[in-house]
Amino acid sequence: MSGQGTDRTAQKFADNAQVKIAVRNLDFFYGEHQALFGNSIDILENRVTAVIGPSGCGKSTHLRVYNRIFELYREQRASGEIILDGENILSPSVDKLDLRRRVGMIFQKPTPFPMSVFDNVAYGIRLHYKPGRNEIAERVERALRMSALWEEVKDKLKKPGMALSGGQQQRLCIARAVAIEPEVLLMDEPTSAIDPVGTLKIENLMEELKTKFTIVIVTHNMQQAARVSDYTAFFYEGHIVEYDKTSIMFTKPSKKQTEDYITGRFG
Amino acid sequence: MRKRGLFFRKSMDLSVKIISVLASLLGVLFLLWILFVVFKMGFKTFNWDFFTQPTKPYGVPNGGIANAIIGTVIITSGAALMGVPLGLLGGIYLSEFARSTKLGNVIRFSANVMMGLPSIIVGLFVYIILVYTTKHFSGFAGSVALAIIMFPVILRTTEDMLAMVPNALRESALAIGTPRWKTTLDILFRAAKGGLITGVLLSIARVSGETAPLLFTALWSNSWPLSYFSEPTANLTVSITEYATNSPFESMQLRAWGAALLITAAVLILNITCRTIFREARR
Repeated sequence: MSGQGTDRTAQKFADNAQVKIAVRNLDFFYGEHQALFGNSIDILENRVTAVIGPSGCGKSTHLRVYNRIFELYREQRASGEIILDGENILSPSVDKLDLRRRVGMIFQKPTPFPMSVFDNVAYGIRLHYKPGRNEIAERVERALRMSALWEEVKDKLKKPGMALSGGQQQRLCIARAVAIEPEVLLMDEPTSAIDPVGTLKIENLMEELKTKFTIVIVTHNMQQAARVSDYTAFFYEGHIVEYDKTSIMFTKPSKKQTEDYITGRFG
Repeated sequence: MRKRGLFFRKSMDLSVKIISVLASLLGVLFLLWILFVVFKMGFKTFNWDFFTQPTKPYGVPNGGIANAIIGTVIITSGAALMGVPLGLLGGIYLSEFARSTKLGNVIRFSANVMMGLPSIIVGLFVYIILVYTTKHFSGFAGSVALAIIMFPVILRTTEDMLAMVPNALRESALAIGTPRWKTTLDILFRAAKGGLITGVLLSIARVSGETAPLLFTALWSNSWPLSYFSEPTANLTVSITEYATNSPFESMQLRAWGAALLITAAVLILNITCRTIFREARR
Protein backbone atom coordinates (compact mmCIF):
# COMPACT_ATOMS: atom_id res chain seq x y z
CA MET A 1 0.00 0.00 0.00
CA SER A 2 2.66 2.51 0.95
CA GLY A 3 5.88 1.80 -0.91
CA GLN A 4 8.02 -1.31 -1.00
CA GLY A 5 9.76 -0.92 2.34
CA THR A 6 6.67 -1.51 4.37
CA ASP A 7 5.95 -5.21 3.84
CA ARG A 8 9.58 -5.94 4.42
CA THR A 9 9.40 -4.37 7.87
CA ALA A 10 6.54 -6.52 9.00
CA GLN A 11 8.25 -9.53 7.49
CA LYS A 12 11.54 -8.70 9.14
CA PHE A 13 9.82 -8.59 12.52
CA ALA A 14 7.76 -11.69 11.73
CA ASP A 15 4.68 -9.73 12.72
CA ASN A 16 1.43 -9.97 10.83
CA ALA A 17 0.51 -6.37 11.68
CA GLN A 18 -0.04 -3.79 8.93
CA VAL A 19 2.18 -0.77 8.61
CA LYS A 20 0.11 2.16 9.90
CA ILE A 21 2.61 4.98 9.48
CA ALA A 22 5.55 4.86 7.13
CA VAL A 23 8.03 7.67 7.71
CA ARG A 24 10.46 8.33 4.87
CA ASN A 25 13.49 10.63 4.98
CA LEU A 26 12.02 13.00 7.52
CA ASP A 27 14.12 16.11 8.13
CA PHE A 28 13.10 18.74 10.63
CA PHE A 29 14.25 22.31 11.20
CA TYR A 30 13.87 24.82 14.00
CA GLY A 31 14.66 27.88 11.92
CA GLU A 32 18.20 27.25 10.68
CA HIS A 33 18.87 24.47 13.13
CA GLN A 34 18.29 20.97 11.83
CA ALA A 35 16.88 18.65 14.49
CA LEU A 36 15.99 15.48 12.57
CA PHE A 37 18.06 13.84 9.86
CA GLY A 38 16.55 11.45 7.34
CA ASN A 39 14.33 9.58 9.79
CA SER A 40 12.69 6.52 8.25
CA ILE A 41 10.60 4.13 10.28
CA ASP A 42 7.52 1.92 9.93
CA ILE A 43 5.02 2.13 12.78
CA LEU A 44 2.89 -1.03 12.98
CA GLU A 45 -0.84 -1.02 13.54
CA ASN A 46 -2.19 -1.95 16.99
CA ARG A 47 1.27 -2.08 18.46
CA VAL A 48 2.92 0.14 21.03
CA THR A 49 6.06 1.69 19.66
CA ALA A 50 8.35 3.38 22.19
CA VAL A 51 10.70 6.16 21.19
CA ILE A 52 13.68 6.47 23.50
CA GLY A 53 16.88 8.48 23.57
CA PRO A 54 18.70 11.13 25.58
CA SER A 55 17.22 14.62 26.09
CA GLY A 56 17.35 16.75 22.98
CA CYS A 57 17.76 13.79 20.63
CA GLY A 58 14.65 14.76 18.68
CA LYS A 59 12.22 12.10 19.87
CA SER A 60 9.47 14.56 20.80
CA THR A 61 10.16 16.58 17.68
CA HIS A 62 9.72 13.43 15.61
CA LEU A 63 6.40 12.65 17.27
CA ARG A 64 5.11 16.18 16.80
CA VAL A 65 5.31 15.82 13.04
CA TYR A 66 2.79 12.95 12.97
CA ASN A 67 -0.12 15.29 13.71
CA ARG A 68 1.53 18.42 12.34
CA ILE A 69 1.17 20.14 15.70
CA PHE A 70 4.57 21.72 15.09
CA GLU A 71 2.93 24.00 12.52
CA LEU A 72 1.71 26.13 15.42
CA TYR A 73 5.19 27.64 15.39
CA ARG A 74 6.02 29.41 12.20
CA GLU A 75 9.79 28.88 12.38
CA GLN A 76 9.43 25.09 12.44
CA ARG A 77 9.55 23.12 9.20
CA ALA A 78 9.46 19.45 8.19
CA SER A 79 10.35 17.77 4.91
CA GLY A 80 10.12 14.18 3.79
CA GLU A 81 7.11 11.89 3.87
CA ILE A 82 4.84 10.62 6.60
CA ILE A 83 2.55 8.13 4.99
CA LEU A 84 -0.54 7.35 7.02
CA ASP A 85 -2.62 4.63 5.38
CA GLY A 86 -1.04 5.35 2.03
CA GLU A 87 -1.40 9.12 2.15
CA ASN A 88 1.42 11.57 2.80
CA ILE A 89 0.09 13.71 5.62
CA LEU A 90 2.74 16.38 5.10
CA SER A 91 1.20 17.21 1.73
CA PRO A 92 -0.61 20.55 1.94
CA SER A 93 -3.77 19.00 0.53
CA VAL A 94 -4.26 16.98 3.72
CA ASP A 95 -6.61 18.76 6.09
CA LYS A 96 -4.97 19.35 9.46
CA LEU A 97 -8.20 19.28 11.43
CA ASP A 98 -9.22 15.88 10.05
CA LEU A 99 -5.68 14.57 10.45
CA ARG A 100 -5.80 15.48 14.12
CA ARG A 101 -9.07 13.64 14.55
CA ARG A 102 -7.33 10.53 13.20
CA VAL A 103 -4.07 11.10 15.09
CA GLY A 104 -4.63 12.05 18.74
CA MET A 105 -1.98 13.30 21.13
CA ILE A 106 -1.33 13.15 24.87
CA PHE A 107 1.14 15.66 26.28
CA GLN A 108 3.71 15.65 29.03
CA LYS A 109 1.67 17.69 31.46
CA PRO A 110 -2.04 16.96 31.79
CA THR A 111 -3.94 19.82 30.13
CA PRO A 112 -7.64 19.58 30.94
CA PHE A 113 -9.66 22.32 29.27
CA PRO A 114 -11.04 24.92 31.68
CA MET A 115 -14.47 23.26 31.76
CA SER A 116 -16.26 20.33 33.42
CA VAL A 117 -15.05 16.73 33.27
CA PHE A 118 -17.99 15.88 31.00
CA ASP A 119 -17.43 18.81 28.66
CA ASN A 120 -13.73 18.04 28.43
CA VAL A 121 -14.60 14.74 26.78
CA ALA A 122 -17.68 15.98 24.94
CA TYR A 123 -15.80 18.90 23.41
CA GLY A 124 -14.08 16.91 20.70
CA ILE A 125 -17.18 14.80 20.04
CA ARG A 126 -19.24 17.93 19.39
CA LEU A 127 -16.42 19.28 17.27
CA HIS A 128 -16.30 16.37 14.85
CA TYR A 129 -19.75 14.77 15.02
CA LYS A 130 -23.38 15.78 15.27
CA PRO A 131 -24.58 13.51 18.04
CA GLY A 132 -27.92 13.63 19.83
CA ARG A 133 -27.99 14.43 23.52
CA ASN A 134 -28.11 10.79 24.59
CA GLU A 135 -25.43 9.80 22.14
CA ILE A 136 -23.05 12.34 23.63
CA ALA A 137 -23.56 11.05 27.16
CA GLU A 138 -23.04 7.51 25.87
CA ARG A 139 -19.85 8.33 24.06
CA VAL A 140 -18.47 10.33 26.96
CA GLU A 141 -19.10 7.37 29.26
CA ARG A 142 -17.51 4.97 26.79
CA ALA A 143 -14.43 7.17 26.45
CA LEU A 144 -14.11 7.52 30.23
CA ARG A 145 -14.45 3.76 30.67
CA MET A 146 -11.89 3.18 27.97
CA SER A 147 -9.43 5.36 29.86
CA ALA A 148 -10.19 3.61 33.16
CA LEU A 149 -11.53 6.79 34.70
CA TRP A 150 -15.30 6.25 34.71
CA GLU A 151 -15.59 4.69 38.15
CA GLU A 152 -13.59 7.53 39.69
CA VAL A 153 -15.43 10.44 38.07
CA LYS A 154 -18.96 9.21 37.37
CA ASP A 155 -20.22 11.27 40.32
CA LYS A 156 -18.21 14.38 39.47
CA LEU A 157 -18.90 14.82 35.79
CA LYS A 158 -19.95 18.41 36.44
CA LYS A 159 -16.85 19.27 38.45
CA PRO A 160 -14.10 21.19 36.66
CA GLY A 161 -11.50 19.00 35.00
CA MET A 162 -8.81 20.88 36.91
CA ALA A 163 -10.23 19.58 40.19
CA LEU A 164 -9.07 16.02 39.47
CA SER A 165 -5.71 14.67 40.63
CA GLY A 166 -2.75 14.80 38.24
CA GLY A 167 -3.06 11.17 37.23
CA GLN A 168 -6.80 11.49 36.75
CA GLN A 169 -6.31 14.64 34.68
CA GLN A 170 -3.96 12.76 32.38
CA ARG A 171 -6.49 9.93 31.94
CA LEU A 172 -9.11 12.62 31.27
CA CYS A 173 -6.87 13.85 28.48
CA ILE A 174 -6.66 10.29 27.18
CA ALA A 175 -10.46 10.05 27.33
CA ARG A 176 -10.70 13.33 25.44
CA ALA A 177 -8.38 11.97 22.79
CA VAL A 178 -10.03 8.55 22.37
CA ALA A 179 -13.56 10.03 22.42
CA ILE A 180 -13.21 11.15 18.83
CA GLU A 181 -12.15 7.65 17.76
CA PRO A 182 -8.70 8.32 16.42
CA GLU A 183 -6.62 5.65 14.71
CA VAL A 184 -3.28 6.63 16.20
CA LEU A 185 -2.45 7.87 19.72
CA LEU A 186 0.75 9.83 20.19
CA MET A 187 1.99 10.04 23.76
CA ASP A 188 4.72 12.51 24.55
CA GLU A 189 6.16 11.44 27.92
CA PRO A 190 2.63 10.99 29.25
CA THR A 191 3.68 9.95 32.75
CA SER A 192 6.66 12.16 33.46
CA ALA A 193 4.51 14.51 35.56
CA ILE A 194 2.46 11.75 37.19
CA ASP A 195 3.06 9.90 40.47
CA PRO A 196 3.95 6.17 40.41
CA VAL A 197 0.40 4.95 41.10
CA GLY A 198 -1.02 7.11 38.33
CA THR A 199 1.79 5.99 36.05
CA LEU A 200 0.98 2.35 36.66
CA LYS A 201 -2.67 2.95 35.81
CA ILE A 202 -1.75 4.62 32.55
CA GLU A 203 0.71 1.88 31.66
CA ASN A 204 -1.90 -0.79 32.28
CA LEU A 205 -4.33 1.20 30.20
CA MET A 206 -2.03 1.18 27.20
CA GLU A 207 -2.26 -2.60 27.01
CA GLU A 208 -5.99 -2.27 26.32
CA LEU A 209 -5.78 0.82 24.19
CA LYS A 210 -3.47 -0.81 21.71
CA THR A 211 -6.21 -3.25 20.70
CA LYS A 212 -8.05 -0.27 19.22
CA PHE A 213 -5.31 2.19 18.39
CA THR A 214 -1.78 2.36 17.13
CA ILE A 215 0.29 3.89 19.93
CA VAL A 216 3.57 5.74 19.70
CA ILE A 217 5.02 6.76 23.05
CA VAL A 218 8.01 8.95 23.75
CA THR A 219 9.52 8.14 27.10
CA HIS A 220 12.53 8.99 29.20
CA ASN A 221 11.97 5.99 31.34
CA MET A 222 13.60 2.89 29.93
CA GLN A 223 11.77 0.51 32.24
CA GLN A 224 8.57 2.01 30.96
CA ALA A 225 9.59 1.43 27.36
CA ALA A 226 10.48 -2.16 28.21
CA ARG A 227 7.20 -2.71 30.05
CA VAL A 228 4.67 -1.20 27.67
CA SER A 229 6.04 -1.37 24.16
CA ASP A 230 6.25 -4.00 21.42
CA TYR A 231 8.77 -2.05 19.39
CA THR A 232 11.40 0.46 20.36
CA ALA A 233 13.23 3.07 18.35
CA PHE A 234 16.42 4.57 19.72
CA PHE A 235 17.08 8.17 18.70
CA TYR A 236 20.40 9.91 18.98
CA GLU A 237 21.17 13.46 17.80
CA GLY A 238 18.27 13.48 15.38
CA HIS A 239 19.03 10.11 13.82
CA ILE A 240 17.19 6.84 14.32
CA VAL A 241 20.06 4.65 15.44
CA GLU A 242 18.18 1.42 15.85
CA TYR A 243 14.62 0.17 15.60
CA ASP A 244 13.58 -3.33 16.56
CA LYS A 245 11.35 -5.43 18.72
CA THR A 246 11.53 -4.18 22.28
CA SER A 247 12.58 -7.63 23.52
CA ILE A 248 15.56 -7.56 21.19
CA MET A 249 16.46 -3.91 21.78
CA PHE A 250 16.71 -4.48 25.51
CA THR A 251 18.58 -7.79 25.36
CA LYS A 252 20.82 -7.87 22.35
CA PRO A 253 20.81 -4.56 20.46
CA SER A 254 22.97 -4.62 17.35
CA LYS A 255 24.40 -1.11 17.74
CA LYS A 256 26.97 -0.20 20.34
CA GLN A 257 25.32 3.21 20.94
CA THR A 258 22.00 1.57 21.75
CA GLU A 259 23.62 -0.79 24.17
CA ASP A 260 25.50 2.02 25.87
CA TYR A 261 22.34 4.04 26.32
CA ILE A 262 20.22 1.15 27.53
CA THR A 263 22.82 -0.01 29.99
CA GLY A 264 23.08 3.55 31.32
CA ARG A 265 26.58 4.30 30.13
CA PHE A 266 25.41 7.69 28.81
CA GLY A 267 22.32 9.84 28.34
CA MET B 1 42.70 42.93 57.65
CA ARG B 2 40.55 45.10 59.89
CA LYS B 3 36.93 44.09 60.12
CA ARG B 4 34.28 46.54 58.95
CA GLY B 5 31.93 47.55 61.76
CA LEU B 6 28.39 46.28 61.69
CA PHE B 7 26.84 49.42 63.13
CA PHE B 8 26.95 51.47 59.94
CA ARG B 9 25.48 48.73 57.79
CA LYS B 10 22.72 47.98 60.25
CA SER B 11 21.74 51.59 60.73
CA MET B 12 21.82 52.15 56.96
CA ASP B 13 19.54 49.17 56.50
CA LEU B 14 17.14 50.47 59.09
CA SER B 15 17.03 54.01 57.68
CA VAL B 16 16.37 52.80 54.12
CA LYS B 17 13.57 50.70 55.48
CA ILE B 18 12.05 53.59 57.39
CA ILE B 19 12.34 56.02 54.48
CA SER B 20 10.73 53.60 52.04
CA VAL B 21 7.87 52.90 54.41
CA LEU B 22 7.33 56.64 54.83
CA ALA B 23 7.40 57.16 51.08
CA SER B 24 4.76 54.54 50.45
CA LEU B 25 2.63 55.82 53.33
CA LEU B 26 2.78 59.29 51.80
CA GLY B 27 1.29 57.91 48.58
CA VAL B 28 -1.50 56.16 50.44
CA LEU B 29 -2.03 59.28 52.54
CA PHE B 30 -2.85 61.31 49.45
CA LEU B 31 -5.29 58.69 48.23
CA LEU B 32 -7.07 58.65 51.60
CA TRP B 33 -6.99 62.42 51.78
CA ILE B 34 -8.59 62.77 48.35
CA LEU B 35 -11.20 60.14 49.20
CA PHE B 36 -11.93 61.83 52.53
CA VAL B 37 -12.42 65.30 51.05
CA VAL B 38 -14.42 64.05 48.07
CA PHE B 39 -16.68 61.97 50.29
CA LYS B 40 -17.13 64.75 52.85
CA MET B 41 -17.92 67.48 50.32
CA GLY B 42 -19.77 65.28 47.87
CA PHE B 43 -22.01 63.56 50.35
CA LYS B 44 -23.54 66.87 51.42
CA THR B 45 -25.05 67.38 47.99
CA PHE B 46 -26.70 63.99 47.79
CA ASN B 47 -30.47 64.36 47.88
CA TRP B 48 -33.48 63.34 45.80
CA ASP B 49 -33.22 66.24 43.37
CA PHE B 50 -29.51 65.68 42.82
CA PHE B 51 -30.19 62.23 41.41
CA THR B 52 -33.47 62.90 39.61
CA GLN B 53 -33.30 66.43 38.22
CA PRO B 54 -31.24 67.52 35.25
CA THR B 55 -28.63 70.24 35.55
CA LYS B 56 -30.19 73.68 35.47
CA PRO B 57 -28.88 77.19 34.85
CA TYR B 58 -28.12 79.24 37.95
CA GLY B 59 -31.16 80.62 39.66
CA VAL B 60 -33.47 77.80 38.61
CA PRO B 61 -34.21 75.84 41.79
CA ASN B 62 -33.84 72.06 42.36
CA GLY B 63 -30.96 71.58 39.98
CA GLY B 64 -29.57 68.03 39.87
CA ILE B 65 -27.11 66.00 37.89
CA ALA B 66 -29.28 63.17 36.52
CA ASN B 67 -28.81 64.08 32.85
CA ALA B 68 -25.04 64.01 33.30
CA ILE B 69 -25.17 60.62 35.02
CA ILE B 70 -27.19 59.14 32.17
CA GLY B 71 -25.03 60.91 29.60
CA THR B 72 -21.83 59.51 31.11
CA VAL B 73 -23.32 56.02 31.16
CA ILE B 74 -24.39 56.32 27.50
CA ILE B 75 -21.09 57.79 26.32
CA THR B 76 -19.02 55.22 28.22
CA SER B 77 -21.21 52.31 27.06
CA GLY B 78 -20.94 53.54 23.48
CA ALA B 79 -17.17 53.68 23.86
CA ALA B 80 -17.10 50.17 25.33
CA LEU B 81 -19.30 48.87 22.51
CA MET B 82 -16.75 50.09 19.99
CA GLY B 83 -13.50 49.72 21.91
CA VAL B 84 -13.96 46.35 23.63
CA PRO B 85 -14.63 44.10 20.59
CA LEU B 86 -11.94 45.82 18.55
CA GLY B 87 -9.45 45.63 21.40
CA LEU B 88 -10.18 41.95 22.04
CA LEU B 89 -9.88 41.06 18.36
CA GLY B 90 -6.67 43.05 18.03
CA GLY B 91 -5.27 41.32 21.11
CA ILE B 92 -6.15 37.93 19.61
CA TYR B 93 -4.33 38.87 16.44
CA LEU B 94 -1.21 39.96 18.30
CA SER B 95 -1.06 36.97 20.61
CA GLU B 96 -2.27 34.17 18.35
CA PHE B 97 -1.40 35.12 14.82
CA ALA B 98 1.29 37.77 14.84
CA ARG B 99 3.59 36.71 17.63
CA SER B 100 7.14 37.66 16.61
CA THR B 101 6.15 38.89 13.18
CA LYS B 102 7.15 42.30 11.84
CA LEU B 103 3.59 43.53 11.52
CA GLY B 104 2.84 42.33 15.03
CA ASN B 105 5.79 44.25 16.44
CA VAL B 106 4.75 47.40 14.59
CA ILE B 107 1.20 47.12 15.95
CA ARG B 108 2.41 46.41 19.46
CA PHE B 109 4.74 49.41 19.37
CA SER B 110 1.99 51.66 18.01
CA ALA B 111 -0.39 50.51 20.72
CA ASN B 112 2.19 51.33 23.38
CA VAL B 113 2.67 54.79 21.90
CA MET B 114 -1.09 55.25 21.70
CA MET B 115 -1.44 54.36 25.38
CA GLY B 116 0.89 57.20 26.28
CA LEU B 117 -0.89 59.69 24.04
CA PRO B 118 -2.32 62.61 26.05
CA SER B 119 -6.08 62.24 25.99
CA ILE B 120 -6.52 65.87 24.97
CA ILE B 121 -4.82 65.04 21.67
CA VAL B 122 -7.35 62.28 21.07
CA GLY B 123 -10.10 64.77 21.88
CA LEU B 124 -8.73 67.30 19.39
CA PHE B 125 -8.38 64.59 16.75
CA VAL B 126 -11.97 63.47 17.08
CA TYR B 127 -13.04 67.12 17.18
CA ILE B 128 -11.48 67.61 13.78
CA ILE B 129 -12.77 64.44 12.14
CA LEU B 130 -16.25 64.21 13.71
CA VAL B 131 -17.27 67.56 15.20
CA TYR B 132 -15.72 70.06 12.82
CA THR B 133 -16.89 68.18 9.74
CA THR B 134 -20.45 67.57 10.92
CA LYS B 135 -20.71 71.00 12.53
CA HIS B 136 -22.10 69.68 15.78
CA PHE B 137 -20.85 68.29 19.04
CA SER B 138 -22.29 64.90 20.00
CA GLY B 139 -22.19 62.21 22.64
CA PHE B 140 -21.24 59.80 19.88
CA ALA B 141 -18.09 61.82 19.12
CA GLY B 142 -17.32 61.55 22.83
CA SER B 143 -17.71 57.78 22.68
CA VAL B 144 -15.39 57.59 19.69
CA ALA B 145 -12.73 59.56 21.56
CA LEU B 146 -13.03 57.33 24.63
CA ALA B 147 -13.01 54.19 22.45
CA ILE B 148 -9.75 55.35 20.88
CA ILE B 149 -8.29 55.70 24.38
CA MET B 150 -9.62 52.29 25.48
CA PHE B 151 -8.53 50.39 22.40
CA PRO B 152 -4.77 50.09 23.02
CA VAL B 153 -5.33 49.30 26.71
CA ILE B 154 -7.66 46.38 25.94
CA LEU B 155 -5.49 45.27 23.03
CA ARG B 156 -2.39 44.99 25.18
CA THR B 157 -4.08 43.38 28.20
CA THR B 158 -5.79 40.85 25.90
CA GLU B 159 -2.48 40.02 24.30
CA ASP B 160 -0.72 39.72 27.66
CA MET B 161 -3.47 37.58 29.19
CA LEU B 162 -3.59 35.23 26.19
CA ALA B 163 0.20 35.02 26.13
CA MET B 164 0.06 33.87 29.76
CA VAL B 165 -1.99 30.81 28.80
CA PRO B 166 0.53 27.97 28.50
CA ASN B 167 1.23 26.69 25.00
CA ALA B 168 0.45 23.18 26.24
CA LEU B 169 -3.23 24.12 26.46
CA ARG B 170 -3.18 25.66 22.99
CA GLU B 171 -1.53 22.54 21.60
CA SER B 172 -3.90 20.14 23.27
CA ALA B 173 -6.91 22.00 21.89
CA LEU B 174 -5.42 21.99 18.41
CA ALA B 175 -4.41 18.34 18.85
CA ILE B 176 -8.02 17.16 18.87
CA GLY B 177 -8.67 19.04 15.67
CA THR B 178 -10.02 22.31 17.05
CA PRO B 179 -9.61 25.12 14.54
CA ARG B 180 -7.50 28.07 15.61
CA TRP B 181 -10.35 30.56 16.10
CA LYS B 182 -12.35 28.10 18.18
CA THR B 183 -9.30 27.25 20.26
CA THR B 184 -8.91 30.94 21.03
CA LEU B 185 -12.53 31.75 21.80
CA ASP B 186 -13.53 28.50 23.55
CA ILE B 187 -10.42 27.40 25.36
CA LEU B 188 -7.96 30.27 25.69
CA PHE B 189 -10.59 32.90 26.50
CA ARG B 190 -12.00 30.61 29.16
CA ALA B 191 -8.56 30.06 30.62
CA ALA B 192 -7.80 33.78 30.60
CA LYS B 193 -11.31 34.88 31.59
CA GLY B 194 -10.41 36.63 34.83
CA GLY B 195 -7.63 38.65 33.26
CA LEU B 196 -9.70 39.62 30.24
CA ILE B 197 -12.65 40.86 32.30
CA THR B 198 -10.24 42.75 34.52
CA GLY B 199 -8.64 44.39 31.50
CA VAL B 200 -11.98 45.47 30.10
CA LEU B 201 -13.29 46.80 33.41
CA LEU B 202 -10.07 48.68 34.15
CA SER B 203 -10.12 50.31 30.75
CA ILE B 204 -13.72 51.39 31.36
CA ALA B 205 -12.73 52.75 34.75
CA ARG B 206 -9.85 54.57 33.12
CA VAL B 207 -11.96 56.37 30.49
CA SER B 208 -14.93 57.06 32.74
CA GLY B 209 -12.85 59.75 34.42
CA GLU B 210 -11.61 61.36 31.21
CA THR B 211 -12.53 65.01 30.75
CA ALA B 212 -10.31 66.53 28.08
CA PRO B 213 -11.49 64.36 25.17
CA LEU B 214 -15.14 65.05 26.07
CA LEU B 215 -14.61 68.83 26.17
CA PHE B 216 -13.98 68.73 22.44
CA THR B 217 -16.62 66.18 21.54
CA ALA B 218 -19.62 65.59 23.80
CA LEU B 219 -19.24 69.04 25.31
CA TRP B 220 -21.92 69.80 27.82
CA SER B 221 -25.62 70.42 28.03
CA ASN B 222 -28.38 71.17 30.50
CA SER B 223 -30.88 68.96 28.72
CA TRP B 224 -31.52 65.25 28.93
CA PRO B 225 -29.29 63.23 26.59
CA LEU B 226 -31.88 62.50 23.92
CA SER B 227 -29.85 63.10 20.78
CA TYR B 228 -26.70 61.06 21.26
CA PHE B 229 -25.64 61.33 17.64
CA SER B 230 -26.31 64.98 16.94
CA GLU B 231 -26.21 67.15 20.04
CA PRO B 232 -23.94 68.03 22.92
CA THR B 233 -24.47 65.45 25.64
CA ALA B 234 -24.29 66.10 29.36
CA ASN B 235 -21.70 64.09 31.28
CA LEU B 236 -20.23 64.04 34.77
CA THR B 237 -16.62 64.98 34.13
CA VAL B 238 -17.32 68.06 32.04
CA SER B 239 -19.98 69.05 34.59
CA ILE B 240 -17.29 69.02 37.22
CA THR B 241 -15.04 71.26 35.12
CA GLU B 242 -17.89 73.63 34.36
CA TYR B 243 -19.25 73.86 37.88
CA ALA B 244 -15.97 73.92 39.72
CA THR B 245 -14.04 76.34 37.54
CA ASN B 246 -16.46 78.32 35.41
CA SER B 247 -19.22 78.95 37.88
CA PRO B 248 -19.05 81.58 40.62
CA PHE B 249 -22.08 80.08 42.38
CA GLU B 250 -21.62 78.00 45.47
CA SER B 251 -24.58 75.69 44.90
CA MET B 252 -23.09 74.71 41.55
CA GLN B 253 -19.63 74.18 43.00
CA LEU B 254 -21.19 71.88 45.57
CA ARG B 255 -22.83 69.85 42.84
CA ALA B 256 -19.40 69.47 41.24
CA TRP B 257 -18.28 67.80 44.48
CA GLY B 258 -21.26 65.50 44.23
CA ALA B 259 -20.41 64.56 40.66
CA ALA B 260 -16.78 64.02 41.68
CA LEU B 261 -17.90 61.68 44.44
CA LEU B 262 -20.05 59.71 42.01
CA ILE B 263 -17.18 59.15 39.59
CA THR B 264 -14.72 58.35 42.36
CA ALA B 265 -17.09 55.82 43.88
CA ALA B 266 -17.77 54.22 40.49
CA VAL B 267 -14.08 53.87 39.69
CA LEU B 268 -13.41 52.52 43.17
CA ILE B 269 -16.15 49.92 42.82
CA LEU B 270 -14.94 48.92 39.35
CA ASN B 271 -11.40 48.46 40.65
CA ILE B 272 -12.48 46.41 43.64
CA THR B 273 -14.71 44.26 41.42
CA CYS B 274 -11.76 43.64 39.12
CA ARG B 275 -9.55 42.52 41.96
CA THR B 276 -12.19 40.16 43.26
CA ILE B 277 -12.86 38.65 39.84
CA PHE B 278 -9.17 38.27 39.14
CA ARG B 279 -8.59 36.58 42.48
CA GLU B 280 -11.56 34.24 41.96
CA ALA B 281 -10.29 33.30 38.52
CA ARG B 282 -6.83 32.57 39.86
CA ARG B 283 -8.17 29.82 42.08
